[in-house]
Amino acid sequence: MKFDRPAEANPIDRMQVVGRAHPRIDGPLKTTGRAPYAYEHHDVVTNPAYGAIVGSAIGKGRIASMNLAEAERAPGVLTVVTAENAGKLGKGKFNTAKLLGGPEIDHYHQAIAVVVAETFEQATAAAALIRVEYAHADGRFDLEEALKTAPLAKDPNSPEKDAPPESRTGEFEQAFAQAPVKLDELYATPDQSHSMMEPHASIAAWNGDKLTVWTSNQMIDWGRTDLATTLGIPKDNVRFVSPYIGGGFGCKLFLRSDAVMAALGAKASGRPVKVALPRPFIPNNTTHRPATRQRIRIGAGADGRIIAIAHESGSGDLPDGQPETATNQTRLLYAGANRLTSMRLAVMDLPEGNAMRAPGEAPGMMALEIAMDELAEKLGLDPVELRVRNDTQIDPEKPDRPFSQRNLVRCLREGAERFGWTRRSATPGAVRDGHWLLGMGTAAAFRNNLLIPSGARVRLERDGLVVVETDMTDIGTGSYTIIAQTAAEMMGVDIGKVVVRLGDSAFPVSAGSGGQFGANCSTSGVYAACVKLREAVAQRLGFNSAEATFSDGHVMSGNRSAKLADAVREGELVAEDKIEWGGLDKSYQQSTFGAHFVEAAVDGFTGEVRIRRMLAVCAAGRILNPTTARSQVIGAMTMGAGAALMEELAVDKRRGFFVNHDLAGYEVPVHADIPHQEVIFLEEADDKVSPMKAKGVAELGICGVGAAVANAVYNATGVRVRNYPVTLDKHLDRLPEVS
Amino acid sequence: MPKPVKLEVSRRHLLAAGTATAMVGVVPGTKAQPQSSSQRLSQRPTGVAFEVNGKLRSLQVDNRTTLLDALRENLSLTGTKKGCDHGQCGACTVIVNGVRINSCLTLAVMHEGDRITTIEGLGQPEQLHPMQAAFVKHDGYQCGYCTPGQICSAVAVLDEIKAGIPSHVSHDLTVAPVLTNAELRERMSGNICRCGAYSNIAEAIADVAGSST
Repeated sequence: MKFDRPAEANPIDRMQVVGRAHPRIDGPLKTTGRAPYAYEHHDVVTNPAYGAIVGSAIGKGRIASMNLAEAERAPGVLTVVTAENAGKLGKGKFNTAKLLGGPEIDHYHQAIAVVVAETFEQATAAAALIRVEYAHADGRFDLEEALKTAPLAKDPNSPEKDAPPESRTGEFEQAFAQAPVKLDELYATPDQSHSMMEPHASIAAWNGDKLTVWTSNQMIDWGRTDLATTLGIPKDNVRFVSPYIGGGFGCKLFLRSDAVMAALGAKASGRPVKVALPRPFIPNNTTHRPATRQRIRIGAGADGRIIAIAHESGSGDLPDGQPETATNQTRLLYAGANRLTSMRLAVMDLPEGNAMRAPGEAPGMMALEIAMDELAEKLGLDPVELRVRNDTQIDPEKPDRPFSQRNLVRCLREGAERFGWTRRSATPGAVRDGHWLLGMGTAAAFRNNLLIPSGARVRLERDGLVVVETDMTDIGTGSYTIIAQTAAEMMGVDIGKVVVRLGDSAFPVSAGSGGQFGANCSTSGVYAACVKLREAVAQRLGFNSAEATFSDGHVMSGNRSAKLADAVREGELVAEDKIEWGGLDKSYQQSTFGAHFVEAAVDGFTGEVRIRRMLAVCAAGRILNPTTARSQVIGAMTMGAGAALMEELAVDKRRGFFVNHDLAGYEVPVHADIPHQEVIFLEEADDKVSPMKAKGVAELGICGVGAAVANAVYNATGVRVRNYPVTLDKHLDRLPEVS
Repeated sequence: MPKPVKLEVSRRHLLAAGTATAMVGVVPGTKAQPQSSSQRLSQRPTGVAFEVNGKLRSLQVDNRTTLLDALRENLSLTGTKKGCDHGQCGACTVIVNGVRINSCLTLAVMHEGDRITTIEGLGQPEQLHPMQAAFVKHDGYQCGYCTPGQICSAVAVLDEIKAGIPSHVSHDLTVAPVLTNAELRERMSGNICRCGAYSNIAEAIADVAGSST
């Protein structure tokens, strides 16, 4: 099904199942520990051996020698695989660094060997017996230093392939110079770790030249394709299975070393092999959100209207890597005739930087939305009002391109009303609660709507069950449930009559989970397949499919009615289709919007920050399931609170690695850090985006939260911190006197 | 220019140890010999018997096997999750003799005769424990990987409060603690949920406890 015209009225609009709060259909399995994750398929793989990965102990250089003798002699060891004996390996399209290093080392903790043994304990102990001598090379580990000579970089995802690296509209420099009110500040965001709860893990089993990998991966087809490329085998010989995924946030978008090393270990040992990355291995072995250094300049009239806006960002990555696209939102979020955005990419030798929840916008909004707070103060304007005054209903760079739907102003106004924003003191450092300094902060939320083709197969079985199969994944997002809701709505059956099977490369290729495109795209693919199945059902029943309605297990057309099950008396019906996207995202800018409000308390003696209240108001098209959508948003708000207050991978600039590479050193929010959170969804249905009329919310929720927290802290203390995370050491010496 | 650096053996061991779990390692600074005494010792499995979810289980385990791995790998009870293997995340929380512990921080052989309750012992998909049902009702989870640990912790937290055990945020040690939102969040803070379901988890627990937080 090609979606190239705005959606008309369709069966989803009934919203008898879609749009209703429904508990997750996978809930009983997850809450009882029965949902099998990657490392847990013991019912299918009965006699696995265990693989333990050895990582490089240097950040850059080469392996001078490796002595495997002791490890190979160790009890229980079956085989040791290194680059030397692994055979020729390719590199996946989505991987920046090789997943098995040696002799060249590209980054710290790059995998250099896997030890396969009968048990986990034996493999782990033997891995520690491998002796490696390295020839250490100087690496580029200091972002500030590397950015001094870094060239401009184009947005790798830009649809305009020959666009200049800088994006310019009007005359920024001239307009900024003449603006009555100016802001020109630098902001910094650190390297961050996804730190999803389930470590990367895979079980690999060969049957002749066919390979099955039970793994934890957000994008089944990408992973499967890249594993085939890496191993140099036909894609058809690889099956990827990932029914439950213990979080990803972008860290599991790509093939990683667990799957490659499990496959190599299994080949070499002749046994199925299971490999999980140890927690302290993950931040340096896999990917992270790259640090940014951002400069923002905004010139405004005395009325608060933006005349000129510039956002420049620099980040680093390994050779052939990509910039963190932190300036994306600034091209679209606020009005203003004179604009400039650009990115610089420094080539560095730290581990691979890549997508983490809302890549680009998450760190970009952390900076931009502090800048807006600062500008509001310079103007003597309320921060909500400043944003309202600079709303735009068109793409500011292309005035003939409207937003498909844009309710940012309503989000801000309703949020302000609900949060009690009028109680905020415009003067910072003015509100006390005992020895606590109190403040409120706000920020806009913004994230684009992305469209990826997505396929599904739907089967109406003779027992009346509707079975949906797609390689879509559920990484905690609620895919199982919203897909079941979609199929139930389309086929007119109770949700209990729908069986959803996900995460298997034997199923049609879907959008996968990433970029908050999963919910809208995958359900649209299911919608397309259901349209076909409805046609097949109508045909069997002798109904005109265009007029047939499906409801309560029946099919009706005119005054005729038949049971849905009647259509499959002669045998089941199967339909497969995929949603493909026309040009509506070219003629309309498709984005999601929101407003965050935060109340923070800062201990007047210690500078410790506690978040007291959080509210998000979101406008993201039709909300397919308010329960799971709300969870996506509170989860994103929580991760944003972490980004604001504690998350930072500390770089050892001499040795070239992230030092705090586990969950004790890399602090993420815990229960004590997060108060009750409120989320409001505006009622919307965006007919320009898909037949579901829905957009994503999972990344919208993190965009802007960090700045809302930072702005609340500033409002409490009067000390502006522009270097995330906002830890107490950065404002302690300047806190107001506490009597 | 690349500078050859020969890492000292002790440094290498230090780095390698970061990837190891509760293992009997070679002593840093000494050249490990194949079949060292520690290795020979570890090759001999030890018999241990304990009760898991009301059933007596006898098994032969490597001395280095954690209770977590014994449950997951030896007994195929994979409901208990391995998130960090270092006592940092709480995903492996189980209830041993009525007290919640991180099962990754204890060896299986240390639990002779113990009564262990895992997530599988609390309820079944068709017959959920009230805490499991509350997590489903309040959407107190997303990816589900920390969930068994959160639920086991939550069940134990309510018992701890009932038993009058104070926490860091209990203001008065002479009176019985009550289940406030602050108490609950403090006591649950050893269980990380990166999906960020905390707000909903708090509501699920409060629902079971019959209090409003």
